[in-house]
Amino acid sequence: MAKDHVNGPEDYEALIEEVLEAYPDKAKKRRAKHLTVSKATDEAPDATTGIASKCDTQKSNIKSIPGVMTVRGCAYAGSKGVVWGPVKDMVHISHGPVGCGQYSWSQRRNYYIGKTGVDSFVTMQFTTDFQEKDIVFGGDKKLEKTIDEINELFPLANGTTIQSECPIGLIGDDIEAVARKKKKETGKTVVPVRCEGFRGVSQSLGHHIANDAVRDWVFEAEESEAVKAYEPGPYDVNVIGDYNIGGDAWASRILLEEMGLNVVGNWSGDATLAEIERAPKAKLNLIHCYRSMNYICRYMEEKHGIGWMEYNFFGPTQIAASLRAIAKNFDETIQENAEKVIAKYQPLVDEVIAKFRPRLEGKSVMLYVGGLRPRHVVTAYDDLGMVIAGTGYEFAHNDDYKRTGHYVKEGTLIYDDVTGYELEKFIEKIRPDLVGSGIKEKYPVQKMGIPFRQMHSWDYSGPYHGYDGFAIFARDMDLAINNPVWGMYDAPWDTPAIAAE
Amino acid sequence: MSELRQIAFYGKGGIGKSTTSQNTLAALVEMGQKILIVGCDPKADSTRLILNSKAQDTVLHLAAEMGSVEDLELEDVLKVGYKDIKCVESGGPEPGVGCAGRGVITAINFLEENGAYENVDYVSYDVLGDVVCGGFAMPIRENKAQEIYIVMSGEMMALYAANNIAKGILKYANSGGVRLGGLICNERQTDKELELAEAMAAKLGSKLIHFVPRDNIVQHAELRRQTVLQYAPDSQQADEYRQLAQKIHANSGKGVIPTPVTMDELEEMLMEFGIMQSEDERLAAIAASDAQAG
Repeated sequence: MAKDHVNGPEDYEALIEEVLEAYPDKAKKRRAKHLTVSKATDEAPDATTGIASKCDTQKSNIKSIPGVMTVRGCAYAGSKGVVWGPVKDMVHISHGPVGCGQYSWSQRRNYYIGKTGVDSFVTMQFTTDFQEKDIVFGGDKKLEKTIDEINELFPLANGTTIQSECPIGLIGDDIEAVARKKKKETGKTVVPVRCEGFRGVSQSLGHHIANDAVRDWVFEAEESEAVKAYEPGPYDVNVIGDYNIGGDAWASRILLEEMGLNVVGNWSGDATLAEIERAPKAKLNLIHCYRSMNYICRYMEEKHGIGWMEYNFFGPTQIAASLRAIAKNFDETIQENAEKVIAKYQPLVDEVIAKFRPRLEGKSVMLYVGGLRPRHVVTAYDDLGMVIAGTGYEFAHNDDYKRTGHYVKEGTLIYDDVTGYELEKFIEKIRPDLVGSGIKEKYPVQKMGIPFRQMHSWDYSGPYHGYDGFAIFARDMDLAINNPVWGMYDAPWDTPAIAAE
Repeated sequence: MSELRQIAFYGKGGIGKSTTSQNTLAALVEMGQKILIVGCDPKADSTRLILNSKAQDTVLHLAAEMGSVEDLELEDVLKVGYKDIKCVESGGPEPGVGCAGRGVITAINFLEENGAYENVDYVSYDVLGDVVCGGFAMPIRENKAQEIYIVMSGEMMALYAANNIAKGILKYANSGGVRLGGLICNERQTDKELELAEAMAAKLGSKLIHFVPRDNIVQHAELRRQTVLQYAPDSQQADEYRQLAQKIHANSGKGVIPTPVTMDELEEMLMEFGIMQSEDERLAAIAASDAQAG
């Protein structure tokens, strides 16, 4: 297989130029603003990573260009798929025609404990299945009936959310009125979410809308029994923005509990409505996925005076730094415990690194994920001796790119809302040893002869958070990169071009 | 049989579209034309005078009852009224819910697919109010109405509406074949109404097809759920509608691509006719009344 290598960062500016050449002038001009190479900066290096670079000149969070292939999702995906969908004891209604619910069925590997169909409903699909007559005559009555049926069939469901699909916004159905009426009749929480897919430029607005719905329809509602009966403790924390993909939240929770903290809510992987309701009673909010849930944390800070901090549980370097940073918010006992936890897992870390680092040292990685992981997982690769050649976000905002400078070295290729063509070209030219992205990228990349791991779903593996997760992460990257299949990639009758040179 | 002619009546709500169109069509049928009326208004009152009865079963209500529009038969919704004029109402939701525009699209597609347009000379659409969304523009779009007749009067809001409708026609005039047939002025007895109507028609690059004088007999006929043609065939007003029908019949293929004007131009025209005060006049009037009060 011909290897058309770009040799390194010094070539990236030229590579961007080359890739942009294929576009008509107008598209070229627009796309050029989304592709950069991280620059040197005068800022002090990050305390944990020792890195300072600058990549916030990037344009982001603006409309994709028609005609290119973007892998972004919609506002409905952001609300139903990300924020609300994992809340396990509520039924999430995909309100509108059947397709949106059908294609988001099963959720995103948000693991949960419970009996599906009895007290938990995450992987089930509920829809109002709009027909033409519902569009013409409005669907509020059908929605009411759906909520009635849900309450009859699933008496242990603690509430419902109404996830609006596009037509709901077009025909102006009053889902808020339905929510109020049903709440009054049943006493159960009903949350209308105006996450019509045509709103905004990506799933990012859906996260925001879903956060606002938590504020308006859970926090602002009358206190539930779960909240009234709850006795707050001095070590109560909420984990915000951990969706428990492949069990991530569980692997994180162990560490926090071992250091003496009491995790009273995990948003929203494996979450219950009660966890969301009583979140304002905690002492501190710990945000993992900043992009999707910073909004509600800022609100809790303003309204309830709860501080929040970002942390990172990918890879031992970041985990240790995060545990210490979290502990700093509490007393000495907790701080001592944090050190104990770090020490306890050090042998595991040493073992993992001793085993996998020699097999992965110096391997290059290109990432393209959602709104957090393109920076958050970087240090985990670094812990294994791997280098990041390029990274990019689907739906990040400017503040995410600012933060990215603390993770990626100067001279890293950065791509925002990368198009199918651009990513393929970048990969083809850079030929990294591993690409980490989603299902849509997986097979084209593997067909190019390059190892691949899905970094949204952990490729049906995980967890990757926490110390336990790091062991699995290291093993998975090794399995992908050092799989003997890549040595058999070229047909035996073809002399590889590189050998012919 | 001559080629099918499709026309549509648009205009501001309450201007008398349904009354004018039904009277005109009743006159057209006297001329031996076979007619289908498609009411595109959720109120479903576009065929009341022809059927001599209150709103009929509408396409959308029956479709909703039966499950979907595919379950409907044409006979269920096609009613025959005065002198064999065929009538269909699209129907739609009650005010404030759902999407009436989508209803119009659904109903018209159903009629076309089920052969309602076969064996008629004229299809006439009667469309609610202004062109508020894509659904209500359906009759304007490709392969639907060839000529649009805007019913208006000398009132300012009716003129605004006429201009807006002309914008809608212009939008589709190049992609489809739709043209502005002309204006029909339904007399409201405002100042210089005929002149104003003619001036408006000229601004739009079109013509005033007919000036229908105000006559209480229309009201009398309407109370009896009849057209004037049926109620008082020998009346002066019935003749007016006959003239209008003849003019429309003779107007085939003579529609134009309208030239809608800007809001400023429209207001300027209204000032010329003394309907709207200019800013100077307004200030002068205030000064005058202040002086009087003082």
